[in-house]
Amino acid sequence: MRYVPLAAVLIGASMLGGCDGGVLDPKGPIAFAERQILFNATGIMLAIVIPVVIATLAVAFWFRASNDRARYRPDFVYSGRLEMLVWSIPLMTILLTGTVAWIGSYDLDPPKPIASSAKPIKVQAISLDWKWLFIYPELGVASVNHLTIPVGTPVSFELTSSGVMNSFFVPQLAGQIYTMAGMATRLNLRADYSGTYRGMSANFSGDGFADMYFNVDAIPPERFAQWVAMTRRAGPVLDSKTYADLAKPSAAVTPFTYHSVASDLFESIRMSSVQSDDALCRSYPTSMRAEK
Amino acid sequence: MTILGKLDWSAVPFDQPIIMGTVGGMVVAIVSVLSWVTLKGYVPYLWREWITSVDHKRIGVMYIVLALVMLLRGFADGIMMRTQQAVAAGGAQGFLPPEHFDQIFSAHGTIMIFFVAMPLVIGLMNFAVPLQLGARDVAFPTMNSVSFWLTASGVLLINVSLAVGEFAKTGWFAYPPLSELQFSPGVGVDYYLWSLQISGIGTLLSGVNFVTTILKMRAPGMSYMRMPVFCWTSLASNLLIVAAFPVLTALFAMLLLDRYLGFHFFTVDAGGNVMMYVNLFWIWGHPEVYILVLPAFGVYSEVAATFSGKSLFGYRSMVLATMAICVLSYTVWLHHFFTMGASASVNAFFGITSMIIGVPTGVKVFNWLFAMYGGRVRFTVPVLWTIGFMVTFVFGGLTGVLLALPPVDWQVHNSLFLVAHFHHVIIPGVLFGAIAGYNYWFPKAFGFKLDERWGKAAFWCWFIGFHLAFMPLYVTGLMGMPRRMQHYDVLSWQPWLLIAEVGAIIIFAGIICQIIQLVVSIRHREQLRDATGDPWNGRTLEWSTASPPPAWNFAVVPRVGELDAFWAKKQRVLAKQELPLQRPAYQPIEVPRNSPTGVVTAFFAVITGFALIWHIWWMAGFGLLGAAVTLLAFMFRTRDEVEIPAEQVGLFDRAHPVEVSL
Repeated sequence: MRYVPLAAVLIGASMLGGCDGGVLDPKGPIAFAERQILFNATGIMLAIVIPVVIATLAVAFWFRASNDRARYRPDFVYSGRLEMLVWSIPLMTILLTGTVAWIGSYDLDPPKPIASSAKPIKVQAISLDWKWLFIYPELGVASVNHLTIPVGTPVSFELTSSGVMNSFFVPQLAGQIYTMAGMATRLNLRADYSGTYRGMSANFSGDGFADMYFNVDAIPPERFAQWVAMTRRAGPVLDSKTYADLAKPSAAVTPFTYHSVASDLFESIRMSSVQSDDALCRSYPTSMRAEK
Repeated sequence: MTILGKLDWSAVPFDQPIIMGTVGGMVVAIVSVLSWVTLKGYVPYLWREWITSVDHKRIGVMYIVLALVMLLRGFADGIMMRTQQAVAAGGAQGFLPPEHFDQIFSAHGTIMIFFVAMPLVIGLMNFAVPLQLGARDVAFPTMNSVSFWLTASGVLLINVSLAVGEFAKTGWFAYPPLSELQFSPGVGVDYYLWSLQISGIGTLLSGVNFVTTILKMRAPGMSYMRMPVFCWTSLASNLLIVAAFPVLTALFAMLLLDRYLGFHFFTVDAGGNVMMYVNLFWIWGHPEVYILVLPAFGVYSEVAATFSGKSLFGYRSMVLATMAICVLSYTVWLHHFFTMGASASVNAFFGITSMIIGVPTGVKVFNWLFAMYGGRVRFTVPVLWTIGFMVTFVFGGLTGVLLALPPVDWQVHNSLFLVAHFHHVIIPGVLFGAIAGYNYWFPKAFGFKLDERWGKAAFWCWFIGFHLAFMPLYVTGLMGMPRRMQHYDVLSWQPWLLIAEVGAIIIFAGIICQIIQLVVSIRHREQLRDATGDPWNGRTLEWSTASPPPAWNFAVVPRVGELDAFWAKKQRVLAKQELPLQRPAYQPIEVPRNSPTGVVTAFFAVITGFALIWHIWWMAGFGLLGAAVTLLAFMFRTRDEVEIPAEQVGLFDRAHPVEVSL
């Protein structure tokens, strides 16, 4: 079969993915549910696609011009029953996958809070050229190119960009979401296992894009509290002045933390991109329209 | 402000050995071809018979030559990317620095979509549609030439960007704010915008031309339901062009206003909105996929019917499916950015519409299958490409439905999974179809067949190379590798990217086989000669005239009484109900006169584009004036047709009898 390579690749993928920290190796409920949808839909469609491929090859082979045993039927150009069948097979497949799409879009909607007994922690993520800034508004600390979260606690993200569009993506924990200047997007995720997971920008954003990745450390809540306490003790302050320094383009920035954060910094970053001399633009900023 | 705007010697990247080597090679190739042509005295011939020709067949051939040349350029970019990603793992930076790598992937996408796939399908439509309709030419022959030359202008500008200045570093869709002046101050985005604006006008004119041709120029008796399927898919494709390309032109005009005059459509400040660009881009972009793929579907239908020796199964279903795809293609654009953060209902709606478009596509696959059922399938080169397409494309469709599921899309969007998916549909869906069409209609265009052995070798290299090059990208995508990485630190991605590199090399072998196929076929053209005009035992009207057809296509305009008109006529001849050769009373035929309008307009378009890119305002004014004067000169010409005397038509027709054989 010609599709042996594909099958081998897919099997190889699922095995490798299993140990390699990708989409197929989820570590939280959102990523797990997304993988389940991926598997279900693939299964539904393979049930149709594989027979079609086999039938195509078999028909082409059997009806080859040199095969005298095949009956030549030049008048076989219409059959109502077959037409019915060829329209209904894809239609029924789509009914199934369409239902999956409908339910999945609501269940896993990124802004939807994750049901949990633990109180979610808030993180504000800002993409800069070319690094990530994570602010913990309730804890008053921030970190660059490194995200620390407690295991088993939902994390509720609010995201924006300092300029160029990026996409916040931690494949093992949840799907990605764009970060856009002047707008705020939302994403919820939870890590159910301790570990270090790779996060990145998935949307090309310029020369330093390849280095725009970070590690997510999911650690037990006690250790997270220690981390917060430790972070509060040392490091620079994040205010509008140090933010301006950070916002200058730079790539492959070594992770570091801020011991305190000016309040409402996220909002002012988001709003700074809608500042204008134009009175009309000021009164109807993009963000207001986006929020609606 | 100097007289040359922003242009000076620093625009030429003398310090970049790879670029300068490529530019040097291109200059040597162009100069040697030009001097060979000049020394051999071919210039007047080329000018008379090709450059100023308004014959749809010649224009079609020129489109395809242009596309094949650009395929080499686009492939060179592609294999450089594959090589870079195969080596730049861990701490390694590979051989391409980011600012060069970024230009290469942007150029690869732009060239492959606009200057390979588009000219391939427009070239095939140019060549085949009027012949299949039984028409003498397209509705507006001179405009057709203008379309071609404007496309060529875009090609020229995008290649000039290699030597003078830079190309966009934004990806082929140039999303703002990255493509705004603030983040891309160079001329790269301007090269992108102006070359696509100029060629886009050409494409739009083509669309108008073909819609008119198909609606108004069909042979007497050819009602819509007697039209060959390729004409139907071409009609759908051109309707999409007419409706979609103005969106792209308007969108780029807005980005140009941002970049040139300080507007704020898509800037990060002053109320600009990035997502407006993204929406409008894909309102053009998704129909564009079907603009490309529908004509290729038409080719597969023609090939499947012809080489199975029977009519296409379910013709009405095929027509219905084609037109359903045409309409539905406007309802799915948002699936390109489920990650924008739209509400669940919006995502669910567009996810489902995107899947619905899979229904008519699935119907088509089944109908091709039944087209072969009960036939006598001859495994010629076009059939190999068709079957190769069918068994590959269904898996591409499968991953497409996965991407239409918003929760899955969030996980694999912007990753190499996405890259693998769209190559998995566009390479089999468009490129295989275009190559099938090229092998299928080549004998009609030149009077001799292409070599089968090298053609089959090319197919197997492409087929195997394609799977090796793109299946591993699904894996790395699932492993979390985003697209457009100049280097990466995850070593477990590397083995897969090395396999992909091997696949790219095998595809390269396929391209070499195609070049050899062409050379061998030209050398052995006498053995491969087809004197009958009907080498494949065809079904549609293009096979009822000589190969190559005369400028007037048909000595007598055919009358059509059924679907597959030529096949039906052959059946009647065999049943002795009709005489094989009828010598009609020949009439003089008026054919459109050659016109340099196209090439002159293109000359001024290139000047205007180049001047605007480099802010050389006086030159832009000169170019625009020149184009306007050219248009005026064309409008005031008095003789636009030449008459072919009846004797000449008769002489040609008697010298090229179309034999009826089975």
